[in-house]
Order: sequence, then C-alpha cells, then structure tokens
Amino acid sequence: MRRTQVQARLNGADVDFLCEPRQSLLEILRDELGLTGTKEGCSNGNCGACSVMLNGRLVNACCVLAVETDGADILTIEGVADGDQLHPLQQAFLEEAALQCGICTPGFIIAAKALLEREPDATEERIRYWLAGNLCRCTGYDKIVKAVQRAGVQMKGSAS
Amino acid sequence: MTAAEKPSYRVIGTRPIRPDGVEKVTGKALFGADARPAGLVYGKVLRSPHAHARILSIDTRAAEAFPGVLAVATARDLPAASDEVQALGETAVNLKELSDNVLASDRVLYRGHAVAAVAAASVHVAEEAARRIRVEYEPLPVVLDVREAMLDDAPLLNERLLTRSMGKTISDRPSNVASKVQFVGGDVEKAFAEADAVVERHFTTKMVHQGYIEPQTATVQWNPDGEITVWATTQGAFACRGQLAEVLRRPASTIRVIPMEVGGGFGGKTPVYLEPVAAILSRKSGRPVMLTMSRSEVFEATGPTSGTSIHVKLAASGGRLTAAQLDLAYEAGAYPGSSVSAGAMTMLAPYDVENFKIDGYDVVVNKPKTAAYRAPGSPAAAFALEQAVDELARAIGADPLAFREASSSREGTRMVNGMPFPRIGHEECLRAAMESAHYRSPIEGPNRGRGVASGYWFNAGMQSSVTVAVNTDGTVNLVEGSSDLSGTRASLAMQLAESLGIEYSQVRVTVADTDSVGHNDVSGGSRTTFATGLAVHQAALDIQQQMRTRAAKLWGCAEDEVVYEAGSLRCTTDEAKTLTFAGMAAQSARTGGPINGRASLLARGAGGAFGTHIADVEVDPETGKVQVLRYTAVQDVGTAIHPAYVEGQIQGGAAQGIGWALNEEYYYDDDGRLANASFLDYRMPTALDLPAIDTVIVEVPNPGHPYGVRGAGEVPIVPPLAAIANAIADATGHRFSDLPISPRRIVETLHHLE
Ligand code: FES
Ligand code: FES
Repeated sequence: MRRTQVQARLNGADVDFLCEPRQSLLEILRDELGLTGTKEGCSNGNCGACSVMLNGRLVNACCVLAVETDGADILTIEGVADGDQLHPLQQAFLEEAALQCGICTPGFIIAAKALLEREPDATEERIRYWLAGNLCRCTGYDKIVKAVQRAGVQMKGSAS
Repeated sequence: MTAAEKPSYRVIGTRPIRPDGVEKVTGKALFGADARPAGLVYGKVLRSPHAHARILSIDTRAAEAFPGVLAVATARDLPAASDEVQALGETAVNLKELSDNVLASDRVLYRGHAVAAVAAASVHVAEEAARRIRVEYEPLPVVLDVREAMLDDAPLLNERLLTRSMGKTISDRPSNVASKVQFVGGDVEKAFAEADAVVERHFTTKMVHQGYIEPQTATVQWNPDGEITVWATTQGAFACRGQLAEVLRRPASTIRVIPMEVGGGFGGKTPVYLEPVAAILSRKSGRPVMLTMSRSEVFEATGPTSGTSIHVKLAASGGRLTAAQLDLAYEAGAYPGSSVSAGAMTMLAPYDVENFKIDGYDVVVNKPKTAAYRAPGSPAAAFALEQAVDELARAIGADPLAFREASSSREGTRMVNGMPFPRIGHEECLRAAMESAHYRSPIEGPNRGRGVASGYWFNAGMQSSVTVAVNTDGTVNLVEGSSDLSGTRASLAMQLAESLGIEYSQVRVTVADTDSVGHNDVSGGSRTTFATGLAVHQAALDIQQQMRTRAAKLWGCAEDEVVYEAGSLRCTTDEAKTLTFAGMAAQSARTGGPINGRASLLARGAGGAFGTHIADVEVDPETGKVQVLRYTAVQDVGTAIHPAYVEGQIQGGAAQGIGWALNEEYYYDDDGRLANASFLDYRMPTALDLPAIDTVIVEVPNPGHPYGVRGAGEVPIVPPLAAIANAIADATGHRFSDLPISPRRIVETLHHLE
C-alpha cells in the first residue's frame, strides 16, 4: 500500500514518518516511532489507554489516522516529565498509589493533565466526569481521583 | 487484636513508593505488547463464526499465496496433546482440551474459537490474508444455558463426556455435566422441620469478564536450534512455559519465558491462548511473531467466569442459621473446569451451620472456556447465599449484621469439607462493620436503601523461589518470579527489608525470566505477598545465618554466641564485637566470597479471609438507574504490608463487584453470538459511576506467616454483588435474584409490580 510522508512535532521535537492511510496514530507511535508508553486497550475509542494531546486537545490516538497529523503538535506520556523532573501528576500518582497494574496510567496522566492545565481547582465530581473516558479495572478510581486532586493543588501552587 | 498486642515493625505498615512506579508513570515500563525483538512480524487469528460446528475442511492456499504472508498455522501444526491435567493456580487444565482451545482441530465449541492464524510483515496484511482462509463448517445445535445443558435431550458438546465425582465416573451415558461435587453434614430435613423461619429462593448470574485493560498478547521467537523465547503477559511465567512445553511437546528447558509487565489479570491471564500459535508461526516463518487480541477477541475467546444457577434454602432457629440446602450449577464454557467446587466450598464459609447439603455441577455450554476471575466461584455463591441470609434476618426481625454475627464461623468451626478453621477474622469484620461510621449513620430518603454482605476466600500458598544477592555496599538484589500485577514488588521488598533490618531503599527487586530464578507458581489466589513473602523471609534468614557463621569466624567465637538483630551482628560474650549488615557485606570477599540467600518452598499455612461490605443505594424507579451513594468495605487481611496497595486492592475488587451487580453480563443471542463484545456495550464502571469506596482494614494475623499476612486481592469481590442486591431490596421492597440488576430489569420489574 502507498505510504504518505507526515511531518509533525512530537514531544517538542520534529519527527517525520511514512504511513499507510489505514494506520492510526496509535499504531505509528507504538510500532514505527517506538513510543510504547501510549497503550492500546480497545482500539475503538472506549478505554482511553491511548490518550494523547493533539494540538492541545485530548484525543484517543487509536481514533486518529496518522495521516491526519501532518503539521500537528503531539504530546505523549514520554513527553510529560521534564528531563528527570517528574510532572506533579506523575509524582502524585506514585505517592497516592494510584496505579496497580499501570496499563491505564499513561492515559490517565495525559487526560488529567489536560483537565488540570485548564482547571487546577477541579472538584472531585468534575474530575470523575472528565476521567469517565478512561477505564481502570484495578483501582476503583478512588486513589486516581485523589492523586489528581493532589496534583491540582501543587500545579496551582507552582503557577502562582 | 488490640493496638497493644500489635508487633511494631520498621518497614511493614509504611507506604513507600513502589519500585516499578517511575517506569509506570513515565511510559517506560514494558508490557506484553511492548516487546520489540529485531525482525518482529505480526499475526492474526481466524476465529469461528459458529458457536458449535464440525470443521469439515480448512483450505489455507489463498492465504499462503497472499503477498506479504510469511506463515499460516492450523491445528495440524500442533502435536497431539495428552489427556493429562496440570494445576494452574486455582484451576486445573486438561492439556488436550487446552490444545484444542488454542487451535480447534475437528470441532469448534464457541463463537470466536481459534481455527487458524497468519503471520505477515504487518497486522493489516495478516488480517486480510486470514480472511482468505476457507473453512467448511457443519453447524451443530447450540446450548447456552446451564440448566438447559443439563437436560437429558440437550445437544452434547462432547459425546465422550461422562460425569465424574471424587475421581470416579458416576454416569453411564454422556451428558454436558462434567462433574458433580457434594458436601453433606447433620440432618437437613429435621432442621428445616424444626426451624423458626425458612427462606427458599432461586438465583442466576451471567458470565462476566475480568475486563483487564491490556488485551492478551504474545511474542515468540523459535530459533532453528529449537530454542524458544517468549515475551508474555502472564500471571505465571512458569505456568506459561509448562503449558507451552506440553502443547508443543518441547522440553521445558528449551523455552524461556520473559515476563513482561502485566496490564491486569484477575485470574484471566493464567491460561495460554496465543503463545503456542505465535510459536508455530515463528517456527514456520523464521521470525519473531507477535499476536495481539482485539478487544472483541478478548471478550469472545478468553475465559470469562461462569454464569450460574443457584438454588438456596435456609433455616433459622434461636436467632441463628441452622440449616442450608444448596444446589449450584456453573457454566464451564466449552471445556470442563468451572469454579463450582470453590463456590460450593466457600458458600457457607462465613457461618457455622450444623446441617447442610450442597450439590454442585460443572456443566459445559457453547461459550468460551471459563478461567479464574478473582475468588473464582465465590462471588456468585455469596450473591445467592447472602441475599437469602438477609431475607432470613428480616423474617425473624434481626439486624442483618447481628444475625450474621450470631451465626458466624470462628476458629474451630468445621468447614463443609470437615476441616476446622484455624484463626479467622469474620467476627472481627462484622464488629468493625457494625461500629463503622457508615453503619451507624441513618439512611434516609425515598428509594434509598442499605445492604450488607459477607464473603470468604481461601487464599492460596503454593510454590515460590527467590534469591537475594548481598552487594558489598550493603544493598541487596531480590530476584523473584511472581508476576507483579498490583505492587507486589513493593510488598516483597518491604518484607525483605524488615527481615534483614535494612532500609527499603537498599532493596532492588527484579521479576526474572524462567531461566533466571527457580520455579514460581502463578500470581493468583492472593498468594504472592503471603507465599513469595514467606520465601523472601526465609532467604533473609539464610543470609542472617551465613553472616553469623562468618562473624563467628572473624571474632573467634562460637556461632551460637552471635546474634543477628535489627540489621546488625553482635557477639553476646563480647560487647565490643559488633558489625552492621553493610559492614559484614563489605567483608564478603575476605570471609568466604559472595553472600547469597535463597529459598524455595511450598507454602503451607495460607490464611483464609473474610470481608463484610456495606452499600447505600438510591434507585430511580423511572429510569432504573442505581446510584451507589456510599460504600464501605471491611476486610481482614491478616497484616497489611503496604496499606495503600491493600486499600487499592479492596477498592478495585469492590468496584468490579459493583459492576457485576449492576451492569456487566455476557449478552448472547440464541445462536451463541456475543452481542456486547466491546467496552462500549460491555459496560464496566467508570470513575463517574462509582463513589469513593471507603476501606476498613482489619488485621487478625495469620499464624502461618511470620508477619501475619493472609492476602488481600480476592476477598473484596465476593460481598459486593449481594451487598448491592440487598441494598436495592431495601430501597425498592423487591428482591432481585437475577444479575445484573440493570436499569432495564429494574424498570420492567417495578413497572410489572405496579
Ligand atoms: S485504545 Fe484507544 S480508546 Fe482504547
Ligand atoms: S491500574 Fe490496572 S487498569 Fe488501571
């Protein structure tokens, strides 16, 4: 099948890759670019394990065709920490024990980041609503919600 | 136990950050589908569109000729397997059936049954080629319901299947009933005749899936010299290797299983499905091959837990339970081996019931072969029993928790198999529930109700091996082989630090491949922190002993004059002679070479455990929606090594149980087609569906473990089904005896009542 060249920004650096029209962004990230931190749980938009930021919007990478990302700015879990400085969300997930198996964790961190950057004061109800697109089968969500609240407090503190 | 009796620990009971945490929050941790061996290609499995059919022929020529295809596999590529049974943690598998389940040879027994597979440079090419395989089927009649499958004229899945019981064949004509279990005690008839109150009711539950977020995936490289490497997402690398060795007829030593991080298992990642197929494709193509299931394949073709049909009759006299007559029929799926015997054994465990008769049936139906799912067999049994117990408590006007306490099992109570319980903590759980702020707060408002329920799980022991290398700088490397599904690296490293008297930060822990550590049974049965923890403790004692021997030599004293205490050695006859753990470690080379501790054991003394849950719900009679307003889970864990992860296990188990109670089910049409094989339609709870789940950790130490560990992972899924159903009964005045208690069922039922 004919492949198309795509140029994009990925985690702050320029990338280019070749892709078939039928390949999803998730497939390209994981299989072509070696960024396996973005996870696949369903490949049809129902679990949020593949959450990434695309031009500042939260999307499921399994539902985005890679050819659509020409010229786009993409952020994946690999781009969340600043060098060896963990993002407050990553730190909070560790301290609140907000992961068990960890397969959902990258998706939750990306999704929560998208929320907190706009609404660091998000209430528990709001957090639960926002994160309803991400499935976790291990934790029952309580510790995830607490971690997001804790990170929100921290992000607000460092912003002011 | 009171606070005064509780031993004080340095590390146990603290909440350190887990060793694998940073990798998992930064996306660096490598799960099953993240394996990338050089030259990797991908495959796709072709599955049966029929729930029951004979395979007349398979023509793979068009697929083989398809551009880009590297190999095609069918059951003809598998050696014939023997009819022997291998223990797989909490369940056992017959290897012939395992082989047929991996790739069907002559007959498909459920929709989604694997028939053939293709490897190609891309998964898209493999998929296109797989569609070109021609399979000729002769469809056969389908049986889906467990009670229908038990009827004399039901379509048979296996014309050679005779019912077995206690190792003996007990039927002379084939049926779908693979086995029968029975437990009898006392005089049931008499007890019912003399009872103050009797309750009798029939319950059903549907198949439900573990719902792990990571689909099954396997990557295998078969080298021309016969050496096989497997990158697996499995609850047990050794069980994976064992099954693979048997299905492929290869010596175990030629297979190396590398355990990748596991994205959830809950019992479902103990059987192999894809590994043997990927192995065949790799052998034929000469390339490492990765097979990954789509979500619908996971639902259709991996083991969910049984749908059940359970009849309960209970009696109370003098304010307590006196008799139980129970009949349990569990769907095994396509091949025998449901969890009915565990259901039959756990069902009455919370109570001291003198008179009982329990019958259990393991029944094959045209659905996927069931696998373990968290406390397999127990949640459905508790759903039935704990609702009947609730009804009985109401009938005699007793508080539901007080009635349970009056009937409770305790140390010495005989289980239905005649064995007496060792020290257990059901009464402690009930009391903690009664004293909880939740239970003491009133529940008010229209359409609101409260329910409680208890549940039991055995918890397992089984085999573990670990090694601990002492480094000369005083740090240690713990090498273990228990798949870490939930933070067990932390709970094991903490026990090692406690036992050696060193800091948690000085322990580095690795889950090793099957070439690099001794045998370990699966991470299942809530056994890892208990049994591998026991091995870790023994390895620490081994190190202590080696250090004492060396110190005695250094100091010129007798070995029994050297004590190891709180991370230091000292001589009891000469106070000036002391050495820290790090000090001794630094001298290894001068005192006899490297210090390595090791332990391999079959863990005895597993501590069964109980939980009691309290649920408050509000039912909307118009829409049928059930809102869980408040939820508290009380559980005896023995000792919580890392309380945060224990809480997480309890919350996660409760969440799965709530989903099972309210929404989750395998929804089949009459032809055996699963109509909801996606996360959209098989609706698991989201963050929005659940309240914060409060946990109350009860610690009644297990006498069979140096730190009192019982295990935590499975008990919490046992009570929620009944706790929610009891709350709904309280809210609506109607008892729902069929799961799930979905909005549709509620609206239809309540509407019908009016
Ligand atoms: S993998 Fe994209 S939403 Fe599930
Ligand atoms: S931690 Fe396992 S799915 Fe969320």
